[in-house]
Amino acid sequence: MSRKLYVNTTINGEEIEFLCEPRQSLLEVLRDDLEMTGTKEGCNDGNCGACNVIMDGVLMNSCLVLAAEAQNRNISTIEGLATPQGLHPLQQKFLENASLQCGVCTPGFLMAAKSLLDHNPDPTEHEVRHWLAGNLCRCTGYDKIVRAVCDAADVVKETA
Amino acid sequence: MVIGDIERKLRLQNFEYSAPVTVKEAIDLLAGDNCGARILAGGTDLIVQLRQGHLSTDRVVDIKRLPDCNKLSYDPSEGLILGAAVPCHRIYGDETIVKTYPGLIDAAAIIGGIQIQGRATVGGNLCNSSPSADTIPILIAYRAECEIAGPTGTRKVPVEDFCTAPGKNILQKGEILLALHLPSVAKSSGAHYLRFIPRFEMDIAVVGAGAYVELDEEGRSFKKARIGLAAVAPTPLFAREAGDLLQGKEVSEASIDAAALAAQSIARPISDMRAPAEYRKHLVKVLTKRALWGAVRRARGEFVPNAVQENGR
Repeated sequence: MSRKLYVNTTINGEEIEFLCEPRQSLLEVLRDDLEMTGTKEGCNDGNCGACNVIMDGVLMNSCLVLAAEAQNRNISTIEGLATPQGLHPLQQKFLENASLQCGVCTPGFLMAAKSLLDHNPDPTEHEVRHWLAGNLCRCTGYDKIVRAVCDAADVVKETA
Repeated sequence: MVIGDIERKLRLQNFEYSAPVTVKEAIDLLAGDNCGARILAGGTDLIVQLRQGHLSTDRVVDIKRLPDCNKLSYDPSEGLILGAAVPCHRIYGDETIVKTYPGLIDAAAIIGGIQIQGRATVGGNLCNSSPSADTIPILIAYRAECEIAGPTGTRKVPVEDFCTAPGKNILQKGEILLALHLPSVAKSSGAHYLRFIPRFEMDIAVVGAGAYVELDEEGRSFKKARIGLAAVAPTPLFAREAGDLLQGKEVSEASIDAAALAAQSIARPISDMRAPAEYRKHLVKVLTKRALWGAVRRARGEFVPNAVQENGR
């Protein structure tokens, strides 16, 4: 058994400490130890995007990040997307457009879309589709997701 | 498979994790008494391979805290220093590199999706040593060199001599790829990488070709050309003779066709789930031609979009 590692990190603006085994992925620690189960495990090998989080402003698959690497990082997960004032426009537009069925891919899509709008507040439909190419959804056929992201971009632009 | 087996399969085996801050410390960890320490950069290959049981290790050495591995600097006389732990998004996010090394951007911007490009590194792509790696042909075309540190000092090796077999390379126990050095580019020069995949993106090259060309001032004839190929042999290939054929030749369909034929003649592809060997053999010629023409157009100052310019970021 490897020695446990102490990690101090920031998740959704809150400073968090945890102990982890070196072999644990960030995804495992989020879900199993920190009980933040919003981030989903899909393929667990970097293909599906269900486990997307934003680390220091960069979108990544948390299944391909070791929890130990989170030391002194700033991580955003789906749990931090809505505020006490209400849902994020992306979440609202996903609801209005019925952009989810089973919902397992949704947190990953939302974090990927959040990252897109952070980089490019006015994306074309083509750019939305390319940015989301690393996220898989087996229910919706993607159209409703793309429409929701385009609608949310309009809202974010207006309120910016 | 019972549920216990599936659980075990999805979880990584135990190992020690170290994140050294000096190269010496990293080398000591890698050269130490253990059964195969592994270097972690972006982890997009390593973590997958450990989880799938293709690799095993008792220690993972994270090189992302080594300053040498995070360098990304360009100097017009020295060229580009590309640290082995620099992720793709930092490369295509750098305006100077986008302008100066467009062929490198072609490759860095098509590896995986956005979330992979946030982590995956060119150094890791090279060390994973897959025959189909997208960045290796263009590194070869740019005449890039590997800066390798090890227990007995540092050495420099041309990228075309780095890979030795699928997944294998020249790195010895204790050695680390610190950075890649791309020489500065000539004035009337251009480069282009492209691959064939049956989809728009998110796929592995069926064949890839990268070219770097230097033209005379009028852009009419070749002063120099270098061509790299992917997925047509057990390692990425340097098509040296194909590039040399173009030296001093006029830029024309005929000269470029001849170079493409020469590149095709050294390809020895296999048939696998992605394509039959015959099809790959055909593709080498087509892609080499297109890579050369793309490089020529860029050398002449024409706009040939990369994946970022085409699809946004």
